[in-house]
Amino acid sequence: MSELNAAVAAAALGSEERFRELLRSVVEVARAIFAAKASSILLLDEEAHELVFEAVVGEGEESLLGQRFPAGTGVAGWVLATRTPLVIEDVARDPRFAKDVAEGTGYVPQGLMAVPLLHDERALGVLEVLDRQSHFTLQEMELLGLFASQAAIALDLLQRAREAEAALAGDGDLAVVARVATVLGELDEDRRPDSQQLLEALEKVLRRK
Amino acid sequence: MTELPAWSLPADAVGRIALATDWPAEVTREWAWGDSTGKGVRVCIIDSGVDGSHRLVGGIESAVAVSKDEDGAAFVAEDLDGDVCGHGTACAGIVRSLAPEAEIHSVRVLGPGFTGGGNILLFGLRYAIEQGFDVVNLSLSTTKKDYASVLHELADSAYFQRTVLVASAHNMPVESYPWRFSSVISVGSHEEADPTVLYYNPSPPVEFFAKGVDVEVAWLGGETLSASGNSFATPHVTALCALIRSKHPELTPFQLKSVLHLTSSNVGGTR
Repeated sequence: MSELNAAVAAAALGSEERFRELLRSVVEVARAIFAAKASSILLLDEEAHELVFEAVVGEGEESLLGQRFPAGTGVAGWVLATRTPLVIEDVARDPRFAKDVAEGTGYVPQGLMAVPLLHDERALGVLEVLDRQSHFTLQEMELLGLFASQAAIALDLLQRAREAEAALAGDGDLAVVARVATVLGELDEDRRPDSQQLLEALEKVLRRK
Repeated sequence: MTELPAWSLPADAVGRIALATDWPAEVTREWAWGDSTGKGVRVCIIDSGVDGSHRLVGGIESAVAVSKDEDGAAFVAEDLDGDVCGHGTACAGIVRSLAPEAEIHSVRVLGPGFTGGGNILLFGLRYAIEQGFDVVNLSLSTTKKDYASVLHELADSAYFQRTVLVASAHNMPVESYPWRFSSVISVGSHEEADPTVLYYNPSPPVEFFAKGVDVEVAWLGGETLSASGNSFATPHVTALCALIRSKHPELTPFQLKSVLHLTSSNVGGTR
């Protein structure tokens, strides 16, 4: 049922592309608000136990997008697993962090704010803001928390869209429903009443106990 | 000797629960933890592991890691990997800076593949309570509602056996545990530089605010860096608890929390 709901929601709400744009706009605004050099959203791939750079703006934009690393270790892994935000000013001194980012991109940031993206009971990923111009205050942390709520909703929608697309592209009954929906959408007006009757009859049969 | 009455207090049993009545007229910091080094107190850091060789940590007594076997069952084994993030080392260094002679024990609940969704945190906390540590530092939380009732029971059992749980409060508008439980001491951040400044919050659930901004902390590779967040405020309170318990080992978690309240900076307890 949840797959079907997700499929319907995806059909009604839009495509993966749109959600990626939404994620990107979240990190763009985060970067602008904090006058930061870069901002990114990492999505948790639960099956692979990996964090994936899903949206990146600023320094490292081209090289980081799509990159993966193991969840459960490092600063982002800690933030994800403990559901707790973290701010580090001299992150370049962290040998593990410096090595990881140096391998991914030439840019090694000095300061990092990382906050978990929480939706319902799940931690979906991590939002990072790198090299802010301002000195950290607790107010900034509150602001980052607000952004995180927005980013978490966008990330949840993206995941649902992906699940829906996977379900619709498969060879199960949902894929048949999707194909029927496509055909219906292309039908001439005069043939629609008949097909609607047929579908309603099918609905009755399916609901019969 | 007859055991203490558990559920009621018969008239002839009153003498058996007689307590020291030499409380000072005013509970000051000097009385609470003046000259204390935390000696004899066993502090547990449930976190990403601890690098005991870091100069700001100065050695730890024990280190275990919680992991899962092939069937998904959690188990505890000696920790051979140390700190997988840096955060646990940071917490241990903060405790050491205020309570130089406290014993520090590490329970690592983080590692490759662990994303906080499993029961590793629960298992680690249960293990720490079973070990009877005096103070347990929990700079982390879970959002899983299924775990809330088990965590609640664990927090209560710790409270009754005199294991003090000090937990980071969440600074985002989400429900998370165990910091919200009244049987633990919950900690948020203030922005002041003095690591002993402690504020009592008259509007819980967050009960205390400690130094959590621009904290110079120990990190991986022997490094130090400047970090902020409630997770760094928490070990400051853990350390104060260790100092108080070292000097006043008879105090229950309830009494200890009262002493923290009375020695808070906004309650006139800075002497």
